[in-house]
Order: sequence, then C-alpha cells, then structure tokens
Amino acid sequence: MTDMVREYITTVLDKGIRLDGRKLDEFRNIEVEYGISAKSAEGSARVKIGRTEVVAGVKLEVGEPYADNPDEGTIVVNAELLPLSSRDFESGPPSIDSIELSRVIDRAIREGKGVNFKKLCIKKEEAMWMVMIDIYSINDDGNLFDAAGLVALAALKDAKFPKLTKDNKVDYGTKTTKNLPLEKLPISITVIKVGNHYLVDPSSEEEKILDARLTIGVLEDGTPCSMQKGGDNPLSLDEIDNMVELAVKKSKELRKVLK
Amino acid sequence: MSKLLIEERAVVVPGEELAEGMDYLPGNEVIRDGDKLISTKVGVASISGRLVKVVPLTGCYLPKKGDLVIGKIVNIGLSGWRINIGWHFEANLNLRDASSDFIERGADLTKYFNYGDYVVGQIINVSGSKIIDISTKGPGLRKLGPGKLLNVSSTKVPRIIGKQGSMIALIKEYTGCKIMVGQNGLVWLSSDDPNGVILAMKAIKKIEQESHVSGLTDRMKEFLEKESKGLKKESKDGNREEN
Repeated sequence: MTDMVREYITTVLDKGIRLDGRKLDEFRNIEVEYGISAKSAEGSARVKIGRTEVVAGVKLEVGEPYADNPDEGTIVVNAELLPLSSRDFESGPPSIDSIELSRVIDRAIREGKGVNFKKLCIKKEEAMWMVMIDIYSINDDGNLFDAAGLVALAALKDAKFPKLTKDNKVDYGTKTTKNLPLEKLPISITVIKVGNHYLVDPSSEEEKILDARLTIGVLEDGTPCSMQKGGDNPLSLDEIDNMVELAVKKSKELRKVLK
Repeated sequence: MSKLLIEERAVVVPGEELAEGMDYLPGNEVIRDGDKLISTKVGVASISGRLVKVVPLTGCYLPKKGDLVIGKIVNIGLSGWRINIGWHFEANLNLRDASSDFIERGADLTKYFNYGDYVVGQIINVSGSKIIDISTKGPGLRKLGPGKLLNVSSTKVPRIIGKQGSMIALIKEYTGCKIMVGQNGLVWLSSDDPNGVILAMKAIKKIEQESHVSGLTDRMKEFLEKESKGLKKESKDGNREEN
C-alpha cells in the first residue's frame, strides 16, 4: 500500500476512528456456523468476521504414535489460502503466508493444551488418533488469523469420533456421540500496530500498512499460551505488554461467540 | 421484415439475438451477424429509434480516449512512467505529457511521480495495438494527496457521477468530502472529518448496489439527508472550493 493511503489512514486513526466506522479496539460482526459438512468430515465449521470468511474440516485418522510420545495422539493443521478468496493469493505450492497461518493456529492449540493428546491415544505404542484440521479461506477481507483460529476451535468442538473396528480400523460411516477431548479454548487474537495505535481485527487495507503484528493465543483465565510476531518493524517490551493486555481483553468477547 | 426480438430494458446475455433485419443498427456492446443484431455483454437492452444498444451490468474497464482515470505508478523509465489503471496492459505517461514544467534531460523523475503514487490522468490515445497514453497535464489532473481509495465496478461509474455530475455533487454537498471518480472504477475520497468519508463510502456502495432501480437520485437524497445529521456543520462547508 502506498504512502498516501497510509498517511490518510494514520491521520484518521489519530481521531480515534477507523475508515469503516469502527473504534480501534472493535471487532466486526462475527458469525459461527457448526456442522457445515456433516457427511464427509467428522467436524466442520464456518466463521465470518465481517466479509472475511473461512471454513474448516476436522478429519480423524488412526496412526502409529511417534516414538518420543508413545502414549499421545497428535493434531495436524493445514491452512490453504484459496486464490478465489483474494487477488493476492496464487494457486500452487503453499505460500509463506499459508504456512505461517497454519503454524500459528497449530501452536495456539498445541501449546495451549487445547486438545488433550493423552486421550487421543488408542493403544500405547500401537495406535493413536491423528486430528487433521484443514482450514480454507473463502474470502479474505483481513484478519484471517483470528478467523482461522476461531474456525479451527469451532470445528474441533463440532467433531465426533467415528466408530473404531476391532483391529483399529476406522468405520467412517458410523459416528459415535463422543466428542474430542477439547479441554481448553485457546483464542487467537491479532493486534496490529500502525504508527502509535493498536488495532484489533484489521481490515485487509490496514493489514497492508501495518508496522507490526502480534498474534496471541489466550486461555480462559487470561494466560497467553502462544505468540507470533509479524510485520517489518520491531516492538519494544512495553508495546508487547500493551498488545497482550488488549488481546486478553478482547479474547473474552470472542470466547462468548464460541459458547 | 425487420423486427425487434427483445423489449426495452430487457436483461440480455452474450450471444442473445436482439433484432432481425437491416433496419436496426448496432450500438454499444452490440454487433451485427448477418441480418441479426447480437449482444456481446450481460446487460440491459436499450432501444432508441433504430439504434439497439446494451448497457453492461458488469465487466472490466475498457479504456477509451478522453476518459479520466485514476492509476498507480508502477514503473519509472528513462522517458516517463508506467501506470496501472486496472487493465491488463499498463498505460504510458510520457515526459512531455506529465507536467507543464520543463523537465530537464536526466532529471530525477521520482520528484514528479514516485513509485506507488496515485495520479489522476486523462487518456489521450488508445492505439490499435492497445497502447494507452495518459496525460497529467491539464486542469484537475494531478498527483493525489492523502486519501482513501475505493474500488467500484467501472460499469457503475456513470451512475455514481450522475447526469452532469449531479450525483457526485450531491454526495460532496452532504458529506463535505473531496471526491475524485476515475472512469476505471477507482474512487479517491478525502476529508478532514473521517465521518464524512465513511458516509460518502456508504453512499457510493448504495449507488453501486441499487443503480438499476429507478428513482435513485431521490432515494440518495433522502439517505444522505438522514445520515448526514450527525456530521459537523463546519466540515460540510470546508474543502469545497478545491473540487
């Protein structure tokens, strides 16, 4: 984005308002829809934040546990930025942005102990559940991070274990009523810094002019469990403190959306 | 015998036969195939006398000579600039068409227009091989200052401007914004009062969505009247003379 747009956005921010009429710490309208693909996925969800839209599917597979954690299952997060969702996305091998997105979501759920990996173990050293979370962007109008974080949690909430046969094969046709061991909800909140302002839920225009971005995974008691910094400019300790404080405050709002 | 196959204001699709016989003439977005007139766009048919034309509902911008467009400087060469005007070919801005100042040989061209700057220019020529020449020399043609850019469909631009600029004047009056509309669908808005820009953006979006429903001007007037009450009076009076 160019200097002229950046300059105007910053002067508007100085007046405490954003160009879509929101306050600096205001989210757009959030919609969550569960079970959008009940037939083919074990769990699925769609999240809209304003005009940003993402869908996610959870697939469960049986695999052999890793040698270093023989009594644990695992999660695998994959995010795909579809070319239809933005003019900046191309088809082909995963871009840096989509790898970053999936890893940030993975880290929040993994380090926040959202899914109890021990309970995903079927038999020690022999079989475990692998939770595959696939996230697709349908429309990118900014803040894919928070939308993807929400949709991953929503799809995990929606997921039910399929039936397991005697020799540990999966019968995808029959679902049980057992939910995944989703014990905590680590909510991802992205705070961006433009000039000396902190903004949540950036629009795609604001994302293009940001100085720095911090995505923070926040647990229910307000503890940050993961963090990822982006953008070209550095952040001081004080600035990070401010951003974390804002993220913790906003995470309470987003948590209500998932209830 | 010549006869019309469609009614006035019918929605037509590409390839649809609009009229038979040589009495009817093809207008905008209509071609003649044998003795039939065929639409080349999705749009609304319009018949005036013997002329049959189609007003497109959607589609990309096609540069025409004389159009005022807003473009972004994407490259600087030895003798001018290349400008992205939202078409698949970049437009040329030659040194001699850039400024009424004398630009010396070997001068630093970034002093006039730098990478990423947005300019208002007029298309002075579209050649047969689609080389587009732009001029920024003339009244109102310039580099754009700080402001908000908005993308609209270029087919809706005539409705946003209105008859003799009536619609855009209406929006400017109620919101106190400086507004520049490019034929290529880029709109530049700026005002000291951000609420004015927000309202103007809402108004333009509304025009874009409702442009095909008749009585638009009255509805826009009503909408702006209602919504502009919260705006500060002084911001309405400011900024106007610059347009």
